[in-house]
Amino acid sequence: MIEVTDIHKTFTVRTRTGRLRRRRTTVRAVDGISFTVAPGEFVGYLGPNGAGKSTTIKMLTGILSPGSGTVRVAGLDPSRRRTALARRIGVVFGQRTTLWWDLPLRDSLTLIRHLYRVEAGAHRRRLAELTELLDLGPFLSTPVRQLSLGQRMRGDLAAALLHDPPILVLDEPTIGLDVVSKATVRGFLERVNTERGTTILLTTHDLGDIERLCRRVMIIDHGRLAYDGDLDRLRAAVAADRVLVVDLERPAPPVRLAGVVVERVEGPRQWLRVPREMNAAAVVAALADRYPIADIALREPGIEEVVTRLYRDGGRVTA
Amino acid sequence: MADALRLYALLIWTWIRAAAQFPVSMVLLGLASAAVAALDMVGIMLLFAHTPRIAGFTAPEVLFLYGTSAMSFVVADVLLGGTERLGEHVRQGTLDTMLVRPVSPLIQIATEDFSPRRMAKLLPPVVVLAFVLPRLPADWTAGRVVMVPVMLVSGTVIFAALWVLTASVQFVVIDVHAATKSVTYGGAFLTQYPMSLYARDFVRGMTFTIPLAFVNWQPALYVLDRPDPLGLPAALRFAAPAVAVALCAVAALAWRAGLRHYRSTGS
Amino acid sequence: MSVYPWVAAYAFRRHATYWLGAVAEAVTNTMFGFVRAWIVLALWGARPALGGYDAADAVTFCFLTQALIGPVQVFGGLELTQRIRSGDVAIDLHRPVDLQGWWLADDLGRAGAALLLRGALPTLAGALAFDLRLPGPAGWAAFAVAVVLAVVTGFGLRYLVALAMFWLHDDRGLQAVALVASMFFSGMLLPLVAFPGWLGTLAQALPWAALIQVPADVLLGRYQGAELAAAYGFQALWAVVLLGAGRALTAAARRRLVIHGG
Repeated sequence: MIEVTDIHKTFTVRTRTGRLRRRRTTVRAVDGISFTVAPGEFVGYLGPNGAGKSTTIKMLTGILSPGSGTVRVAGLDPSRRRTALARRIGVVFGQRTTLWWDLPLRDSLTLIRHLYRVEAGAHRRRLAELTELLDLGPFLSTPVRQLSLGQRMRGDLAAALLHDPPILVLDEPTIGLDVVSKATVRGFLERVNTERGTTILLTTHDLGDIERLCRRVMIIDHGRLAYDGDLDRLRAAVAADRVLVVDLERPAPPVRLAGVVVERVEGPRQWLRVPREMNAAAVVAALADRYPIADIALREPGIEEVVTRLYRDGGRVTA
Repeated sequence: MADALRLYALLIWTWIRAAAQFPVSMVLLGLASAAVAALDMVGIMLLFAHTPRIAGFTAPEVLFLYGTSAMSFVVADVLLGGTERLGEHVRQGTLDTMLVRPVSPLIQIATEDFSPRRMAKLLPPVVVLAFVLPRLPADWTAGRVVMVPVMLVSGTVIFAALWVLTASVQFVVIDVHAATKSVTYGGAFLTQYPMSLYARDFVRGMTFTIPLAFVNWQPALYVLDRPDPLGLPAALRFAAPAVAVALCAVAALAWRAGLRHYRSTGS
Repeated sequence: MSVYPWVAAYAFRRHATYWLGAVAEAVTNTMFGFVRAWIVLALWGARPALGGYDAADAVTFCFLTQALIGPVQVFGGLELTQRIRSGDVAIDLHRPVDLQGWWLADDLGRAGAALLLRGALPTLAGALAFDLRLPGPAGWAAFAVAVVLAVVTGFGLRYLVALAMFWLHDDRGLQAVALVASMFFSGMLLPLVAFPGWLGTLAQALPWAALIQVPADVLLGRYQGAELAAAYGFQALWAVVLLGAGRALTAAARRRLVIHGG
């Protein structure tokens, strides 16, 4: 569905160095990225700010033309066939709405129907379906400017999917949303992916989105792909430590165990960092031998930690 | 093209329907806009409170120029004036959301925030033209009668092209946007008066560089049967439609170039 | 040190940063200046001593008007309006600083930047192309005082319009009415001295006359001694009346905000 081969994009940035003087510097926003996304995949696209995520998204959707390399989305070259491609993809920008500020949501969606030339009957069915899935009913007649951020995002998702595109590109769709709205959006995206088989590419800062939705993750850093593979292998590859949470029967001084570091003590509860190369079962056994234990839990490192570590090490991971 | 027009009409219809939900507010705002638009006409009437002729032109003749210029400008403004906000769309990133839709961003920007109250600005020029056309000291041959709608249409097309042309500049530099208003708003203002008022070199510039003289001045010389103060060839009086078409071509090229620039730099 | 000079200095810097945009505005202002100068030249060609002006006075007036559009903000608008619309003004009202004083200081800073960036170009271009009636150093000093008073009066007007936003859902109608009044009565169409009969008398008594007509007449050297003091007095009187009305309205807005919670 999406094929990207060795794309590059450089920008010239002018920075003020004095009151009138400016210096031109060249920034390589995307510096040789290649990947393929198969139909039906749900791919998370991660990276720190300014890593080149948005630039990639803009090249995939035809907003920007790549400096070099080739892009194929739904069989089309986005930069040359922008309008043809627009009919086959849905795009959601979390930070800005594609809806019309002063129109009621329903009118906005009607306009979109005309923009995409969706046939009236098909539109009615699709709108009914999306209204139900996203629970749009209560605010269909409300002008967009009066919607809460969560409602607006649901409206934007509906707008992006009204023409039933096989590919959905999402640029930070959960940014700024409250917990409930996030859950609604995630649940909806999951259904769209599994039930309709829509291919989804998701950029986000919220690693919860990734953990919940994506099996495959791509991480971009300094314009290059630092990782492309599944989530579990990423955890293993970065070799982040696991944490053992131990509840002792009574408060005690930090436990002593070779190779294990006690990170935190709170009453009877202690947090132990277990290096990846140690066998967790052996650690638990050794612990149970020497201390009275009430409860014990092993926590895999959160993806947040994995990614922070990846960025910090600046290293590339081969998976 | 037909498709673009259909979509354009549709987008505008949606806006009118939205605005019509608050009819009182719509009418009052319309009247307020009409009052702003009438100020230029009041300025002309103040002049003629002191003198029967200005640069050799009588009040009905100058009001004829005002009416044709303002009418063309308002129609162009209603249709494409929204492009003035291109820079804002670039800055806020909303242009990107337009680029992922299967419709020309030009149409989307032009219809964005379309408001029927802008059409209320037609009121002053329509009233003035209705009043002044029967009072013009013109010898109404068939050619002169036809020239009036022809000049209104070419004037509208010229202003529309100027909107697109000046908006295209904002793809490249946003900051200088205000200077391009001298061509659009400035053009609307200076075409309300006979060009015989202005310095000769200025009028030459307005004829051969930024062709504002063809909005109404050259055709009006024909309608009013006046000699050209610059002695330019009489054929220019009939050139307005050709000039309008040529300017459209230039504007289309500029828009394409601007969009290409935006899509290669993303800024 | 009081906070107000700092607010003014900060506003000046903020507006001076966008110098390119302001100069672009000045280009358009200048272009309008030329067209208007040619129009008044034709009028004064037909009526050489209209309103006590000669042709040079009238042309100078045109360019001066264009130079002052930015500083006195003839077309209206105050950033405060957006803050009231968004509700951010509640924060401003809780600051231990006077709302009106804060915004007046801000506006003075803005006007200073606008005077430099938008006032110079029309004046210079006009002086190069036409025979303008410009004064000596004493005349410029007298003019400077009149401009400061004009900015304060203009602020008084715009502050009232902005505060109306507390009571209105949609201020576009009011903004349009304010614009028409400001354009018509400040002399943007024609010098107020050339307004016929009672209309001229009325226009010269209204606060908008303090924005452009009075500073222009001071620059043109039409007032000396006691007359000059009377001209300043006219501006100052309107400034005081408008600022007073603004204070009363601020208090009412504050009560409204407390009662309705914004």
